[in-house]
Amino acid sequence: MSESAAPTATEYIQHHLTNFTVGQGFWSFNLDTLITSAFLGLVIFGTMFLVARRATSGVPGKLQSLVEVVIEMVQEQVNDSFHGDSKLLAPLALTIFVWVFAINAMDMLPVDLAPMVASLFGIEHWKVVPTTDPNHTFAMSLTVFFLCIFGNFAAKGPGGYAKEALTVPFGPAMAPANLIFRILEDLAKPISLSLRLFGNMYAGEMVFILIGLMPFYIQWILGAPWAIFHILVITLQAFIFMILTVIYMSMAYESH
Amino acid sequence: MEHVLGMTAIAVAILIGFGALGTALGFGLLGGRFLEGAARQPELIPQLQVKMFIVAGLLDAVSMIGVGIAMLLLFSNPLITVLKG
Repeated sequence: MSESAAPTATEYIQHHLTNFTVGQGFWSFNLDTLITSAFLGLVIFGTMFLVARRATSGVPGKLQSLVEVVIEMVQEQVNDSFHGDSKLLAPLALTIFVWVFAINAMDMLPVDLAPMVASLFGIEHWKVVPTTDPNHTFAMSLTVFFLCIFGNFAAKGPGGYAKEALTVPFGPAMAPANLIFRILEDLAKPISLSLRLFGNMYAGEMVFILIGLMPFYIQWILGAPWAIFHILVITLQAFIFMILTVIYMSMAYESH
Repeated sequence: MEHVLGMTAIAVAILIGFGALGTALGFGLLGGRFLEGAARQPELIPQLQVKMFIVAGLLDAVSMIGVGIAMLLLFSNPLITVLKG
């Protein structure tokens, strides 16, 4: 490490909350977020792709069974909620669930591990959980938002979409009010979707960092229950992101 | 500066406290209704449980956003950055 003396508590926390950023202002890229999420995506989806290629219809091995369980769970959720006609949605839901789960699971790594490894390569900061970076969660939720808009256009046509925006829920006479409600609702969805995931992961990471400041004999007592609880939060947040994506898309495809 | 620090401390307390209050009430109602529904129709328990977790995620959302903002205020307070710069 480059400090000659041990860092103070605030410096330690600040160091762990800083991204490895390249560039300035709007054009700053959080390289740790981009590289970690891309790497995890390659590993996880590469594995699933290889499993799919070598899938047997006989007795499956453990890895194939695991992948099948995940795919069936996602398929069941999509079938329950989505009644439209889209070849995109189930793979999208699967991608979201598996990717967000893998990214969130990186929060289980020791807090100091990633910065230590990064400093071996001369990099000052490295945040290993991309979903603690609001850039990443907003990227995902804005993608879902645009997919919903495209879905609306695809399922209802521009005329039908405009008609629905102006007449639901109060009737054609109150078109401006309908439009305002519609715009507010459509803005609240991606913002809440992304900030929900971000807030959960950021708070979880923050508690891990604070536990890291404790003396070593206290760390296990606090850290173990929090880590166990965090396993639930990780899975739940990935699941909820996926379910809400499916529900928002199904709202885009249904018409009254 | 001290005034801003003091107000920030109070703001953090209110953010976390009210978020916790709302979430606790919400989860209490949610869990209670789930148990009632499960007692009336035990065969629906798996479906109801899944839907309960979905609503639980929605309940958590805004209080988590509050906790996130509170942590931000506590550890890298942007209001102090405004004062300094």
